[in-house]
Amino acid sequence: MISPELWGLIGQGILETLYMVILSTVGSYVIGLPLGLLLVATDKDGVRPMRALNAVVGVIVNILRSIPFLILAVLVMPVTRAIIGTTIGSTATVVPLIIAAAPYVARMVESSIKEVGFGVIEAAQSMGASPWQIVTKVLVPEAKPSLLVGAAISIVTILGYSAMAGFIGGGGLGTIAQNYGYNRNQTPPMIVTVVLLVIIVQIFQTIGLRLAKKLDKRNR
Amino acid sequence: MGQDAIVQIRNLNKTFRGRAGTVVALDDISLDIMRGEIFGIIGLSGAGKSTLVRCINFLEVPTAGTVTVDGEELGKLSKRDLLDARRSMGMIFQQFNLLQQRTALQNICFPLEIAGTPKAEAEKRAEELLGIVGLSDRANAYPSQMSGGQQQRVAIARALATNPKILLCDEATSALDPTTTRSILSLLKEINRKLGITIIVITHEMAVIEEICQRVAIIDASHIAEIGAVDQVFTRPQSTMAKQLIYPDGKQRERLATGKRYCRIVFDGNSSFEPVVSNMVLECKAPVNIMFADTKDMDGKAYGQMILQLPDDERAASRALAYLETQNVHVEEGLSDDFT
Repeated sequence: MISPELWGLIGQGILETLYMVILSTVGSYVIGLPLGLLLVATDKDGVRPMRALNAVVGVIVNILRSIPFLILAVLVMPVTRAIIGTTIGSTATVVPLIIAAAPYVARMVESSIKEVGFGVIEAAQSMGASPWQIVTKVLVPEAKPSLLVGAAISIVTILGYSAMAGFIGGGGLGTIAQNYGYNRNQTPPMIVTVVLLVIIVQIFQTIGLRLAKKLDKRNR
Repeated sequence: MGQDAIVQIRNLNKTFRGRAGTVVALDDISLDIMRGEIFGIIGLSGAGKSTLVRCINFLEVPTAGTVTVDGEELGKLSKRDLLDARRSMGMIFQQFNLLQQRTALQNICFPLEIAGTPKAEAEKRAEELLGIVGLSDRANAYPSQMSGGQQQRVAIARALATNPKILLCDEATSALDPTTTRSILSLLKEINRKLGITIIVITHEMAVIEEICQRVAIIDASHIAEIGAVDQVFTRPQSTMAKQLIYPDGKQRERLATGKRYCRIVFDGNSSFEPVVSNMVLECKAPVNIMFADTKDMDGKAYGQMILQLPDDERAASRALAYLETQNVHVEEGLSDDFT
């Protein structure tokens, strides 16, 4: 049903998928975390209100989030080519993945940080903490469990995006599903890829939630 | 006043601009808080007392007027200097506001971290403070593992970490049960006595003021209704709001029948141990009815008041009043409506 060569390709697909997902998650957090913090801090009720900056960042994030991933990936192909040199393969796919996921991560971070009660922020202000100290020493550590849950959700979203990228030569399990399942209409490889994607999602989700619970010092 | 005032508030105004238009939270507040005293600010919810205390450390920036803390006018300070000024004031809250992801010890280290104190030194100081608040054995407990009283003790230790000159308490005992409230109040008293820290207490409970404050300001609808020594305000409240807070629920009104004459006797700390009422009855042969009595022990002296229904007989009533006037008590006479 599935030839040894195909199994080999599937193995390689798993590795490519993990490579894309992990690299893009890291990349989207490098950009999205500061953006999310900026959105919270510069909000009108934030620790450092800056109306104009907040509005500009908010609009950019919303625009990027409104574009469906596949269309965005095609749209940013010139950027991808300029950075990576090609638009095909898993490394090239990381570029649109980061561009699509960073605004998503920014909103996830924003909502996690907003869960921190105003009381602790006020307490920190009463101690003479600067806005920067409040962000780094109060907001992020206090929101850590929620940020981890957000990361688990984001990573699953990125995995979904990466599978879509298979249709534009993105590599990984998505490409296998497209080549064998869609182009050749073969059911077994299709099922195998789906099962593998489900397993990967389960693993990421479980690790994220367990870690969040373990690190949360509340409700003990 | 003046020279020894650690906090001077002058003509303070604070208005908030909201969707429903501007709301005046504080209107022309002026008051002095003396170095080393425990000063109470009492009022009903929404009276503006929480805004007032936040103006003292500039968590709320006043719309007009000045706040001078230890000789520095806060409104004139740069951002940097204001952060430093805040470090000279500790603050505790109704909901404790501890960092949930930090242990008791780490919470107390927090203000020191903010101020840039080396870690080892901060931990040493934090352990010392845990001892002061009686929680040395809970150093590694997280807030969720502690009772409300313990959390507030940690919050007090945290507020004291940077050696502040002033401790601001915003409804610090309002979320606690009566027993815990008493223990927190006695801790505050002890801190005031041992460390000489000026304490400003915001509350809506007269019992808290009575327990620890020397002076009190009564805030009513954004204004100071009355200000003075606690025993004075307690025994002879002048403003409507003070009377309302001291005799809550207007509970006397229902009990006092109209058309009868009453008198209020106020004990001022010297005479309440003498059997004034018994003596009066024996002396004047005038039977009186005690309608209301509330005496309290404050700072080793007794204070309180009693409302007597005077006899219907004019002459007996006059004799009773005349007798009371000769005693060392404050007497007010009137009809039922006068005592509500």
